[in-house]
Amino acid sequence: MNVPDHLRYSDSHEWIDATDSAAASMGISDHAQAELTDVVYLELPEVGRVVKKGDAIAVIESVKAANDIYAPVSGEVVEVNEALAEAPEPVNEDPYGGGWMIKIKLSDSSELESLHDAGSYREQIS
Amino acid sequence: MPIQYEGIVTEHRAVRESVGVFDISHMGELVVSGEESEAALNRLLTNDLALLEDGEGQYTLMLNEEGGVIDDLIVYRTAPDRFFLVVNASKIEEDVAWIKKHLPAGVSLEDQSEIFGALAVQGPDAVTLWERLESRKPLPPKNGIVEYEGGLILCRTGYTGEDGFELFSPANPIGDWFDRLVSGGAKPCGLGARDTLRLEKGFPLNGSDLDDKHTPLEAGLGFFVKLEKDPAFIGAEVLVRQKEEGLNERLVAIAMTGKAPPPRHGYEVRDEEGEKLLGELTSGSLSPGLGLGIGMAYLPVAQTKIGTPLCIMVRDRSFPAHVVKKPFV
Repeated sequence: MNVPDHLRYSDSHEWIDATDSAAASMGISDHAQAELTDVVYLELPEVGRVVKKGDAIAVIESVKAANDIYAPVSGEVVEVNEALAEAPEPVNEDPYGGGWMIKIKLSDSSELESLHDAGSYREQIS
Repeated sequence: MPIQYEGIVTEHRAVRESVGVFDISHMGELVVSGEESEAALNRLLTNDLALLEDGEGQYTLMLNEEGGVIDDLIVYRTAPDRFFLVVNASKIEEDVAWIKKHLPAGVSLEDQSEIFGALAVQGPDAVTLWERLESRKPLPPKNGIVEYEGGLILCRTGYTGEDGFELFSPANPIGDWFDRLVSGGAKPCGLGARDTLRLEKGFPLNGSDLDDKHTPLEAGLGFFVKLEKDPAFIGAEVLVRQKEEGLNERLVAIAMTGKAPPPRHGYEVRDEEGEKLLGELTSGSLSPGLGLGIGMAYLPVAQTKIGTPLCIMVRDRSFPAHVVKKPFV
């Protein structure tokens, strides 16, 4: 499983790239997409929505089931990957690239500390 | 059986285009035998056993006194006084109790579910795969059953709408059969693909699309109900009355009209305006073959005409859908 070193990860398998804390992008991990397989539908939040860490922020559907995606950090949704609403395939094919879902303006950067780094996330999914 | 091995869509395609194998060892196998077994079973089942010769099977239903479905099953005649029944896993106990309660002395019921393991080998290449592996054990014709030494039973039936067969054998060697079939080219398939494959063909799932509150006529299974049988089967009076008075509800096939989240079991079905509640989905999924959400629901008869516009409620939002013809593909 691909677990890029520069990202942080939540227990519920979201990744976040907080290089730009005014627009940190997030998606689901390679492990999560492989477990879900065949993502067929994605429901993304409205831009401007304010979320708390742990809030259900999006819904991802595979053929077998609908699953919530949780905000790994608190903040405001500043951008969503509209292209995925039309064609969600990049979530499976390129989960850390074209499969990014949401950009969040962080309200509390210290929350990042509570997330896994790549090493500890690798342990969690092994 | 797991939900999936490689992925539902991949497994689904393998069955439609080549061949897949499902471990269906959870299914129940019952043997009813004795001189009066045909007459006794014919009182319990909606289809007509008199239509069967040795080695032939039929889809049939077992109803309660109110005409509701206890179980849907396949019954095969293996001898004039011996019948092999394949029933739903979740209903084994209920079926056994119901049948026992109604069998006359001299007719016996044996629950062999613990003895048998089972595989479903399904898809356009299923038969050639079998012929390659076991040329000396030919498959029976459509809906047929054949028994070989060592307790091996082959039935030319399935739940996918494709050609194929079901293999029953004492549980021990089932794993070996599975491995041999996979080595021969069958893709291992899970419950997820089993569900999408049967739903695309409009085959009902007991406990979801069939239940003890709905009759087979409401479920659109009238073809498998022989009301003219004499003596009649249990529940027949209710069905005769329904036929005379007309149905209130019917199980219909529903397709999403455009891009929408996959419809799922339990979602509300409303009228075109999204206001009036008409029913709820008994089954639903994305159809891998159509790339479109499909489902089934019991709706008031006035809303069951092909093309009737509807709404499916998904997380408090309404998405347009409409009644379509069965099967979906």
